[in-house]
Amino acid sequence: MMSLTATDYIAALPQIFLLGMVCVLLMFAVFVKNGRDEVLHYGSLGTLAALAIITGELLRGHSIIAFNGMLIQDAMGDVLMLFAYAITAAIFVYARGYLKDRNLLSGEFYILTLLALLGAMIVIQGYNLITLYMGIELMALSLYTLVALSREDSRASEAAMKFFILGAISSGTLLFGMSLIYGLTGTLNIGILGAKLAATPAPGLGVWIGLGFVVVSMAFELGAVPFHMWVPDVYEGAPSGMAIFVGSVPKLAGFAFFMRLLAEGLGDLHGGWLWLLTALAVGSLFIGAVVAIAQTNIKRMLAYSTINHAGFILLGILAGTAEGYRAAMFYVIAYVIMFAGAFGIIMLLSRAGFDVEKIEDLRGLNERSPWFAFVMLMIMFSMAGAPPFLGFFAKVEVIKAVLDINMTWLAVFSVVMAVIAAFYYLRIVRLMYFDRADPDAPGIIATPDFKLLLSVNGLVLLGLGIFPGGLLALCKAVIGF
Amino acid sequence: MSPGAITYQALFYLFAAGIVFSGLRVITARNPVHSALFLVLALVNAAILWVQMGAEFLGIILVLVYVGAVMVMFLFVVMMLDINAATMRKGMTRYAPLGLIISGLIAAEIGWALWGHYLGIANTPHTAVAPAGISNTEELGRALYTHYIYVFEIAAVILLLGIISAIVLTLRWRPNTRRQDINQQLRVHKTSDHMRLVDLRDNSRGRKES
Repeated sequence: MMSLTATDYIAALPQIFLLGMVCVLLMFAVFVKNGRDEVLHYGSLGTLAALAIITGELLRGHSIIAFNGMLIQDAMGDVLMLFAYAITAAIFVYARGYLKDRNLLSGEFYILTLLALLGAMIVIQGYNLITLYMGIELMALSLYTLVALSREDSRASEAAMKFFILGAISSGTLLFGMSLIYGLTGTLNIGILGAKLAATPAPGLGVWIGLGFVVVSMAFELGAVPFHMWVPDVYEGAPSGMAIFVGSVPKLAGFAFFMRLLAEGLGDLHGGWLWLLTALAVGSLFIGAVVAIAQTNIKRMLAYSTINHAGFILLGILAGTAEGYRAAMFYVIAYVIMFAGAFGIIMLLSRAGFDVEKIEDLRGLNERSPWFAFVMLMIMFSMAGAPPFLGFFAKVEVIKAVLDINMTWLAVFSVVMAVIAAFYYLRIVRLMYFDRADPDAPGIIATPDFKLLLSVNGLVLLGLGIFPGGLLALCKAVIGF
Repeated sequence: MSPGAITYQALFYLFAAGIVFSGLRVITARNPVHSALFLVLALVNAAILWVQMGAEFLGIILVLVYVGAVMVMFLFVVMMLDINAATMRKGMTRYAPLGLIISGLIAAEIGWALWGHYLGIANTPHTAVAPAGISNTEELGRALYTHYIYVFEIAAVILLLGIISAIVLTLRWRPNTRRQDINQQLRVHKTSDHMRLVDLRDNSRGRKES
């Protein structure tokens, strides 16, 4: 039995620190009455800043496997966690005014969001299927409660119920697959599992069935077809301040889950899982592009856009090459930035007693606020994959990776689907610029930090689109195999 | 095979079949209370299987926690909620064909996999038989608090989250509830703070007049 050393705790330091801060903030939320919102808001932002410093300090080239093979600290995980902190901080700023108007800005919002972030970090750093499972449970349980937080709203309760039941089935699937894998190989450690399966000439079908069940649960996490049914309902029913989190940080964790298990653990068995992921990717690209056209609710439309993006992320992973993994990582980072911006715009236009629901609510935004109409234009163009925005390079890299493994038909298919998807992104641009605004639409009210952050969010898409080299180099540096 | 091994296997299949049977009855029973009771039966069968495999502690815990605590609470909830079985079965005929097709497909896949001996069970590492004198409980505790300490801590965080979630989703600050306010109770100094004298003679006079 190995004893724990300082290295173990250092590898888990960001998680330990976050848990400690969650407990401190929880005590604040319970006992402090005056100025509670301010303390929690700035306390949470400060926690995230400190976390970024800790993770940045720990960031180095080689990886450490800690806690008896339960946890890994490596550059890929650290970079994903840094982006998770940044997105969570942005969400706190975006959601504050929106939730305050709806009496939802309680201490629990901060606590639950930070606990969901902790779950995502555990998944990102997980090196054992048990760790990954526990991280996903922690994240998912926080998300169910976040969605249900608006108790008076029957649609939010319905969304939470659907999310909970489908999530419970997904957890059961994951556990079932894990038990098959454990029973047939005797290990849940990803490194040992990969080595064992690579050593046996042909892994038994039982292992493949177990793996299939695990992949089902991973696809659920990422929102890939045919396990996507929860995504539109949850985005539509949940308050936007919660939906923005559900759609962003967990995707970073879902990507890490795919990378840890399939790329790092079972990279040698690429031929075995290639077709599984291909089926998921083709379905996601198709449903995400075609069904979104019929949506009139902007949050449902963004949900199908998420599903479409999940298909592109899977394209990068299924290539099974280092270039493919890098492209997928680039894509998932680009996706969370675009997604946070899109929901930021929705919350900017919502106000007390009014939620932006219909696509028509964006009509004539250019007359009401030319600058934010332009920010939304950048986000939509980037999602559609138009140059020179970030989304363009993300799509190019992924498609290049697919072409490299000679799956030309899949590359062509994904381009066709991207073109179809461009239709509904451009429809929003048309509504904003070529339609008249509702004459009695009120002005846009938001705090300066909200406006500044949203502007930066849009400009990042343009800046990284013109100079994608930095982010590409970062993805290249951290995925080193 | 020795008679002992045959008995062992026969018992295993008996209780495994018991789990499958009661599992099926959980979802087919018309009365929700019967469903819950069949779930109890399934859990007891699973506990017996564990004991048979030498994991006495887990078997006992399963009976104590799940049968003893969780399922009893479950039964309370089922009995308190007035579940109308008829409305719940309304969509049954509509969804039954699709459900049958899907479950048939899954059964065929699993059957095919088992039929061809593809499962790779031959490669399965056999669990070592524990030498005599080693306590099941002690070994579990040892593994849990050393090798799996990290995951064990995460489980603790999940329980904390469960407490927070349960409170957030059920606690209501309604104005008319008669909640005990300890602060207010402690602030009492004089008799008049917590006692109000009512003149009863006034009341009786008032009644006489009316």
